[in-house]
Amino acid sequence: MPERAARERAADFDEVALGYTEEQARAEAMRCLQCKNATCIPGCPVNIDIKSFIGHIIDGDYAAGVAVLKERNALPAVCGRVCPQEEQCEIACVLAKKGEPVAIGRLERWLGDFDLACELEKRCVPEVAPASGFRCAVVGSGPAGLACAGELARLGHSVTVFESLHAPGGVLTYGIPEFRLPKAIVESEILMLTEMGVEIVTDAVIGATYTIDELMAEEGFDAVFVGSGAGLPIFMGVPGENLNGVYSANEFLTRVNLMRAYEFPHADTPVARGRKVAVVGGGNVAMDAARTALRLGAEEVFLVYRRTEDEMPARREEVHHAREEGVEFKMLCSPSEIVGKDGFVTGLVATRMELGEPDASGRRAPVCVLGSEFEIECDTVIMAVGTRANPLLAKAAPDLELSSRGYILADDDGATSLPGVFAGGDIVTGAATVIQAMGAGKISARAMDRYLRERR
Amino acid sequence: MFEVVHKRQLSDAVFEMGVAAPRIARKVAAGQFLMLRVDEDGERIPLTFSDWSAEEGWVRFIFMRVGKSTHKLSHLEVGDAVADVVGPLGVPTHTEDLGRVAVVGGGVGAAVAYPVARAMAEAGAEVTVILGARNAELLILADEFAALPLAELIVMTDDGSAGEKGLVTAPLKRLAESGSIDHAMAIGPAIMMKFCAETTRAFRVPTTVSLNPIMVDGTGMCGACRVSVAGETRFGCVDGPDFDGHAVDFEELMSRQRVYAEEEREADAEYSRGCACHL
Ligand SMILES: Cc1cc2nc3c(=O)[nH]c(=O)nc-3n(C[C@H](O)[C@H](O)[C@H](O)COP(=O)(O)OP(=O)(O)OC[C@H]3O[C@@H](n4cnc5c(N)ncnc54)[C@H](O)[C@@H]3O)c2cc1C
Ligand code: FES
Repeated sequence: MPERAARERAADFDEVALGYTEEQARAEAMRCLQCKNATCIPGCPVNIDIKSFIGHIIDGDYAAGVAVLKERNALPAVCGRVCPQEEQCEIACVLAKKGEPVAIGRLERWLGDFDLACELEKRCVPEVAPASGFRCAVVGSGPAGLACAGELARLGHSVTVFESLHAPGGVLTYGIPEFRLPKAIVESEILMLTEMGVEIVTDAVIGATYTIDELMAEEGFDAVFVGSGAGLPIFMGVPGENLNGVYSANEFLTRVNLMRAYEFPHADTPVARGRKVAVVGGGNVAMDAARTALRLGAEEVFLVYRRTEDEMPARREEVHHAREEGVEFKMLCSPSEIVGKDGFVTGLVATRMELGEPDASGRRAPVCVLGSEFEIECDTVIMAVGTRANPLLAKAAPDLELSSRGYILADDDGATSLPGVFAGGDIVTGAATVIQAMGAGKISARAMDRYLRERR
Repeated sequence: MFEVVHKRQLSDAVFEMGVAAPRIARKVAAGQFLMLRVDEDGERIPLTFSDWSAEEGWVRFIFMRVGKSTHKLSHLEVGDAVADVVGPLGVPTHTEDLGRVAVVGGGVGAAVAYPVARAMAEAGAEVTVILGARNAELLILADEFAALPLAELIVMTDDGSAGEKGLVTAPLKRLAESGSIDHAMAIGPAIMMKFCAETTRAFRVPTTVSLNPIMVDGTGMCGACRVSVAGETRFGCVDGPDFDGHAVDFEELMSRQRVYAEEEREADAEYSRGCACHL
């Protein structure tokens, strides 16, 4: 798939990957063997009928292809961009064994974009069942909440989504940067849901503005889905972490993406435009933060990770992009202190690590090399070392059962300990992926539908 | 959008504003705050509730014009609207079973002290309020406080233009030293809260402070608001805003409040150039 040159793209926030042209998409689709027993489909966490949508591209019936995608996935233009297809559907493609799998993700993206480019009336709106008379509340408008809302609407229920921020989309809006997922795409996908009758109420914090109890007892909702994400940033607890210039990745990315700090002072929210930036972590979030810092004008961006590149949880493609754009990888080192002057960061002290025996995650555990501390000069440090469950909602719902780590306990259908209350996405699993959150939202929607109809 | 339903100028740069927010008004408790975004380009800024009416569906807050966001806000009139109001956020102030309590409100902090003192008095506490300001012009809500059932209202100004001349810590020390208070609550600039906490420490009077760190979301999602309390990092927006004044690292708080000082000046200067009010 064509991409903008690393040097050019690292200077702005426009999208990196340009997407296929129609000819390229058709040519790629033709590579599909249309296997009798399509192994890619079970590879997809939501079992999209991949063979069939690619078949429609081959036939030139793109609208039919979109319809196939939307049967299973309410946000194809998003998933086509951010799903780790290389470890899901594409790895299961027969051609993968021969070297190059069909680029399923890119074809999904192309079809998703095709749909978004159509005029609203011509876009593929899933058919909505006759009104059931039930009202459902969805807490959180990230992928889990949006997928759940879309499915509930399709099943004929009246749906209201409550979002605590001023804009819907969850991580898609505040976390994943514009250059990887343009906000206009997220907006048009959400527009589709509102076309289906979903109401979105922003500025509503469940647990504060309303409790779950109030939604059901006073506001007249018959069932509630909680998709509130794993939004609470983790810090490492090293000395100096509260110096000015130290950010959680969530804060840094929120300032830039949601609050548009890159347009400061036209937009009112500032962000430190670091000259030398150290990003701690090895996941997608760390890559996004590092590449964002570059685009804000940093001269040097270091990625500090305690294992090696092979163990990094980030997508290969993102690691590759980051390296190409000039992010410097400092592998096998772990921060032990952040130092500063007059309250502002001046450096990150790190300890060298070695890989020891495999740990619980199966990855080789890093161990400190004694006396190997060294300092990386920097004026900004971004911590991308994970997130936890936000306790705000649960505090206001004392009977909702949680795991020892504060995540909501839910069964395979998303049912929680409270009758009529379902949950899914990162708030149940811990930080995972967009498609897993969407899958969970959809499964819960079906379970909510059964719950409501049985109760009648 | 949230309609502005009330506006009153309290001093040259201090405004009281009310917005229609019926859902929020039903749930507010003293000490909680809201996040406000003036318009589509606006920052999310925290403002503590100064008053509210569940029956009439409005909430009020008081702000000083210090930067671009509050400058823009100060230009709105009744009938205009702000883009976003979110809340009520934060843990309400503890107001029950306090016995004899001194509530110190410094500068715009008086706005927060007002509902807190009112709630404490309603809960049966014997409340002494110490109001502090640089001068009489900057003193706010003195009449409102005077109308509350307080044990005493003490007004302090730096220049003696209203009440006694001196700092709020002087009467606070008197009360603490004479054993006339069981608890103190200080709300105002970080430096004032710091000195209040230092004053009461010697007399072992438990002291609560209401912190005002920089915030982004106000819901625990970003950590911009982190403060050190008893050597531990806490999030001001969800763990606070109230903390034990004797355990707060005020130096760190003040340093963190200044992080965008330069950017704030830049943004306000740029805005003020194009602004008709020439302030
Ligand atoms: C920077 C970044 C990059 C990522 N990159 C990828 C990627 O490339 N591919 C991939 O598959 N995954 C990626 N992920 C992970 C993926 O985004 C998440 O797994 C997914 O978004 C989880 O969806 P969710 O709906 O459960 O939660 P979220 O997307 O977190 O949404 C939760 C929403 O609920 C709202 N909310 C929270 N509490 C309340 C409340 N009390 N009341 C009302 N609303 C509330 C929040 O404001 C938020 O909008 C990335 C994550 C981050 C942070
Ligand atoms: S303001 Fe973001 S966590 Fe407190």
